[in-house]
Amino acid sequence: MTNPETHSNYVSYLDYQGKHKGIWAWLMSTDHKRIGLMYLSGIILFFLAGMTLGFLMRTEMLTHGKTIMDAQTYNAIFTLHGVIMIFLVIIPGIPAAFGNFFLPIQIGAKDVSFPRLNLFSFWLYMIGGILALSSLFLKGGPIDTGWTFYVPYSLRTNSNVSIALLAAFILGFSSILTGLNFVTTIHRLRAPGMGFFKMPLFIWALYSTAWIQIIATPVIGITIVLVIIERLLSIGIFDPALGGDPILFQHLFWIYSHPAVYIMILPAMGVVSEIIPTFTKRDIFGYKAIAFSSLAIAFIGYFVWAHHMFSSGMSDLSRMIFSLFTFLVAIPSGVKVFNWVATMYKGSIEPKVPFLFVMMFIFLFSIGGLTGLVLGSLSTNIHVHGTYFVVAHFHYVMFGGTVMIMFAALHYWFPKMFGKMYDEKRAKIAIAFIFVGFNMLYFTMFILGYMGMPRRYWDFLPEFQLGQTIATIGSYIMITGFLILIHNLAKALFKGKKAEQNPWGGSTLEWTIPSPPPIENFEEIPVITHGPYYFPSAKEAK
Amino acid sequence: MFSGATRHAAEVDGIMFFIVLSSAILLVLITIAMIYFTIRYNKKRNPVATNIEGNTILEVVWIAIPTILVLFMFYYGYVSFADTRSIPKDAMNVKVLGKMWVWSFTYANGKTSDTLYLPSGKAIKLDLLTSDVNHGFFVPAFRIKEDCISGKQNYMVIYPDKTGEYDIFCSEYCGMNHSSMYTKMKVVSESEFNSWLKK
Repeated sequence: MTNPETHSNYVSYLDYQGKHKGIWAWLMSTDHKRIGLMYLSGIILFFLAGMTLGFLMRTEMLTHGKTIMDAQTYNAIFTLHGVIMIFLVIIPGIPAAFGNFFLPIQIGAKDVSFPRLNLFSFWLYMIGGILALSSLFLKGGPIDTGWTFYVPYSLRTNSNVSIALLAAFILGFSSILTGLNFVTTIHRLRAPGMGFFKMPLFIWALYSTAWIQIIATPVIGITIVLVIIERLLSIGIFDPALGGDPILFQHLFWIYSHPAVYIMILPAMGVVSEIIPTFTKRDIFGYKAIAFSSLAIAFIGYFVWAHHMFSSGMSDLSRMIFSLFTFLVAIPSGVKVFNWVATMYKGSIEPKVPFLFVMMFIFLFSIGGLTGLVLGSLSTNIHVHGTYFVVAHFHYVMFGGTVMIMFAALHYWFPKMFGKMYDEKRAKIAIAFIFVGFNMLYFTMFILGYMGMPRRYWDFLPEFQLGQTIATIGSYIMITGFLILIHNLAKALFKGKKAEQNPWGGSTLEWTIPSPPPIENFEEIPVITHGPYYFPSAKEAK
Repeated sequence: MFSGATRHAAEVDGIMFFIVLSSAILLVLITIAMIYFTIRYNKKRNPVATNIEGNTILEVVWIAIPTILVLFMFYYGYVSFADTRSIPKDAMNVKVLGKMWVWSFTYANGKTSDTLYLPSGKAIKLDLLTSDVNHGFFVPAFRIKEDCISGKQNYMVIYPDKTGEYDIFCSEYCGMNHSSMYTKMKVVSESEFNSWLKK
């Protein structure tokens, strides 16, 4: 760390020359912005890989019987699609890329508390990613267990389960260390005057997320180690043939993987709470309600895991209790949606690209959340469990929710991160494609699921043909949209017009520094005197 | 789709209808409000925004109403689920064995079949077993499923009512030919069933 006074000459973090040159200037950089950007590139590459796998799956489902691949290949592809999208795209997605980049800036700090640990977390992410991909090509063949790794199948199959699990284990550590870093940073490095209730809501969301990362991730770590030990040494923890209990695995898996759903969605909710005030030019409605609902979701989210197991033969009493808690966790999510919509009331709204993404998010996420009620209710859950209905539900929540907001965040902060502006008209065309294709694909899957189409099926009965065809065509439309979107951003990176310091008229701290930000963010650490969404132009309500 | 093959299936469809209807109303309200505000309070029409920090009464209302609504959903879902868990004394027992990637059914007299023949109008208790990995016994027309977990014996109670043929799927991923682990349930009259059983 150097003295701020020596930094009166502005050097962008993109141009800064440290002691390392070329690619090492990035791979060895402890600058939170460079690390965030590296995560972002990794995440977008993995997203494209996962999308390609999705494209192959949907093409296979175009006709019944074999279309382009055999059953074993299909099983490997849906497994990889899940593993890549969950562990390499959605979980690190917003916190690692945008959290790293904007958390220190939004609280008026020069970096995170532990910059070296941050770089180490990124390396772990890379190693985990490479290991996951290598399981594709190594002897044994790509994993075919589904991303849930359910025992005993995952103990019996000869595919590269141990390598893929090791990858998930390493990625888990990356996640824990990032969480630790964020909690410490938020507690210790807030600018003078920034009390907890003067923090931007994105920070509140990252704070809640970070705690789940720290507390829940070790559970999946130990579960993974146990599966690997069981595979190598057959000691009898999960394998019923050796006296083990397969249901124990399901509990341990979901004790992490359900809270992980909130690791995925909370940061997205935080971004939404940033974008809406900026484009409505008014204070957010119900700041405390939104902040506390993040904590409530993080807390109640721990007590609902077994709703993934309603058909696996738990006692009827435990099914009832988990059903009840599942309904309760829906409430704070509803509170957020209502407060967001209320913030649009009497705003001065400019529906620019990030705002359109947010509107799309509210629609898709509401459908995802509301269909969650069908899954919370016991007797309807029993029917749709393990069908396309569940697949549609979690794509509405995770894809329509988190991934759409990842792209919203990218379009919101792109001018700040790169100092360039993209073609807004083209981005809007892409959004239209994505919206139409998304709903054709996944809404059809709700209907197929209720009709009884089970998930993870390579083949299907003729009565599902029409729905499968509509879904596949929808997926092609959606993919076209994403290609337009990404091409548009890539073009902007090289040929985009120069962006101003504050192109949207935002009120949080990142808009008070140049675009792209200088190496240590602030020449002088700001002193905070008002709330995060303070727009002097707005009238006060009578 | 809403065939109502059993009384339970009709009940599940009813709860589904209740949840979907209340959800649709909420979704429409949220979406209309969002689009209306975006048009009505567009920058051109409303150049100056008004700050409203929040409203405690509104917060309480939109916490209370959804809470009451979801408690109803919880209650009806549980009651209709609980019905399927109690085992009537006169229930007929059939053993269901899942094995990569076929189903087989064993009756009290030792007869084994790869199609599930059942008499109509009787309570049936299915004991769900597996000889290898986990499987899921799923009868979409009956709106019911339960997993076969290795090392455990799960069960399911059904009341086949209308004669006919129904699909049976495996709903828990079980390896390469998971999607071909398929068979039929044939519900026939009691006399027809008895003569089949003796054959």
